[in-house]
Amino acid sequence: MDSKVLLLMCLPAVAFFVVFNYAPLPGIWIAFTNFNYRDGIFGSPFVGLQNFEFLIRSGQLWLLTRNTILYNLAFIVLGNILQISLAIMLNEIRMKYFKKVAQTLMFLPYFISVVLIGVIAFNLLNYDTGALNALIVQTGGDPIKIYSIAGAWPFIIVLVHLWQSTGYGSIVYFAAIMGIDKSLFEAAAIDGASAWQRIRYIILPSLKPTFIILLLFSLGGIMHGNFGLFWNLVGNNATLYQTTDIIETAVYRMVMSQNNFTTSTAVGLYQSIFGFTLVMLANWFVRRMNKDYALF
Amino acid sequence: MHSSETAAPAAVEVAAVVTGERSSPLQTRPRTIKLSTGDYVLRGISYVTVSLFALFCALPFVLIISASLSSESAVVRDGFGLLPRGFTLTAYEYIFKAPRQIIGSYVVTVTMTTVGTAIGLFVIAMTGFALYRKDFRFRNYISFFIYFTTLFSAGLAPTFLWVARDLGLRGSYLAVFLQLLMTPWLIILMKNFMRTVPYEIIESGKVDGAGDFRIFSQLTLPMMKPALATIGLFLALGYWNEWYLSSLYLGSSVEFKPLQYHLYNLINTANALRNSVAGSNVSITDLPSNTLKMASAVVATGPILLLYPFVQKYFVTGITVGAVKG
Repeated sequence: MDSKVLLLMCLPAVAFFVVFNYAPLPGIWIAFTNFNYRDGIFGSPFVGLQNFEFLIRSGQLWLLTRNTILYNLAFIVLGNILQISLAIMLNEIRMKYFKKVAQTLMFLPYFISVVLIGVIAFNLLNYDTGALNALIVQTGGDPIKIYSIAGAWPFIIVLVHLWQSTGYGSIVYFAAIMGIDKSLFEAAAIDGASAWQRIRYIILPSLKPTFIILLLFSLGGIMHGNFGLFWNLVGNNATLYQTTDIIETAVYRMVMSQNNFTTSTAVGLYQSIFGFTLVMLANWFVRRMNKDYALF
Repeated sequence: MHSSETAAPAAVEVAAVVTGERSSPLQTRPRTIKLSTGDYVLRGISYVTVSLFALFCALPFVLIISASLSSESAVVRDGFGLLPRGFTLTAYEYIFKAPRQIIGSYVVTVTMTTVGTAIGLFVIAMTGFALYRKDFRFRNYISFFIYFTTLFSAGLAPTFLWVARDLGLRGSYLAVFLQLLMTPWLIILMKNFMRTVPYEIIESGKVDGAGDFRIFSQLTLPMMKPALATIGLFLALGYWNEWYLSSLYLGSSVEFKPLQYHLYNLINTANALRNSVAGSNVSITDLPSNTLKMASAVVATGPILLLYPFVQKYFVTGITVGAVKG
């Protein structure tokens, strides 16, 4: 069978991924060298695992891994609870117009740029003119230097993430609820089921497959952080690193402000291998549950 | 239990009479279920919670707009508030008095967004079409080739060195423009959308002797409007919100930065604000720097927010279609 035209139609996309995703792969070698510009990637002296040793001994790798995973766990657990609750409540809304306006407002944070989220945080939290401090002063308190309290930021970052993604994330669960056979609800009503029983015995069980699959895939991605969000909220604020630095922000800073290509490549490689293993595991689990939902 | 079964049809009639509707039984059926106290409580809680959450989502936007309309002295004295403090348009006047920077940024971003979305959409649609064709021999290989890039990547540093140094794209808009053309996820999304086109259409085209490209451009594409709208919007949003690649590859080497990167600089660099408004002849102390940041945020975000209510439904389609496997 002749597939020449179809192959040609794929060519631009294939070329794109070759140039921007496959061609940089040999550059991973930098992780095992003492890279310098003059000698290039393969001319620079080979140092074995020295870059990784440094990362482990300094404790940085552990800190970054811990922060990345803990933030993602908080996002996954709280995010799913809120998304499911919101979807159930949206399903109770009968006024069409009300639902439409509410959804429009709730999806909005997902579509603005992360830079604007940084502006919003600045507006709310800065020491001199922040809306939050203005409120505290008005009610007779002393202003707080939020940008130097490391302990506050896990809460702020999780809150901002939930603000940004709960509305949009609830769509998948809402669609699943809409797909439930209506006769189930009728039968339940006829049998005198309470509102709670309806949620407990009809809605939650029918959301279970969606939930488990989304959960597995988000666990597969647990080594990858939301760079834009963290960077625009925290940026180069070193006092907060202990509680806010994730793999992506550390790598970006190493490349951009320290021109450190060796350590950043080593961290990146560690993240890719760890992340790849997790996705494979997640996919294996999904495949065992329901073949149709497996990625490959 | 039996009594409520017989009561139900009567309730339909009552409901129809009361509302004066002649709707189909399917639509009226849910209304016939008699609500218990628990149902009313749940419904009440739902209305209140959803309202509060929607307000919570909208609140920061009100804060930014109010702050942009406040007077600098009032903000320095009392801080930002939910309502404008000492209403004034000064910050906007500053932006539009010397609009060179912001207009330049707009031109860069609008050009990238329109051209990039058009090209990206065409390439993604072609690829999605080919990968959807069951008779395409390399279908599985190419799918995996594209998908693999999401599983394992070289990471930031090697990619940066490759694009900036070996491809020589440092300081070039192309570094930003090209890398945003497509993502594996959008190609998978397109392939999923293709399933809505009946395969018989393709078969009939083949019977009539049309080539593969003609089947794509004249038979399939016209049926793919919702898919093109959805994927086009994700592409456009990617270009419009772009700041990350600009920070890596453009830095300060271009005069006109893409809009969001321009905003990023205004917020994070002390001098950027002064340079952006009236050249260096304005003293930094005279600048309404706090309100100016907020007004710039409004100007940089504005158009996408105005467009948003009209395109919202396509985002919903995107996530529901994209949630199935690739």
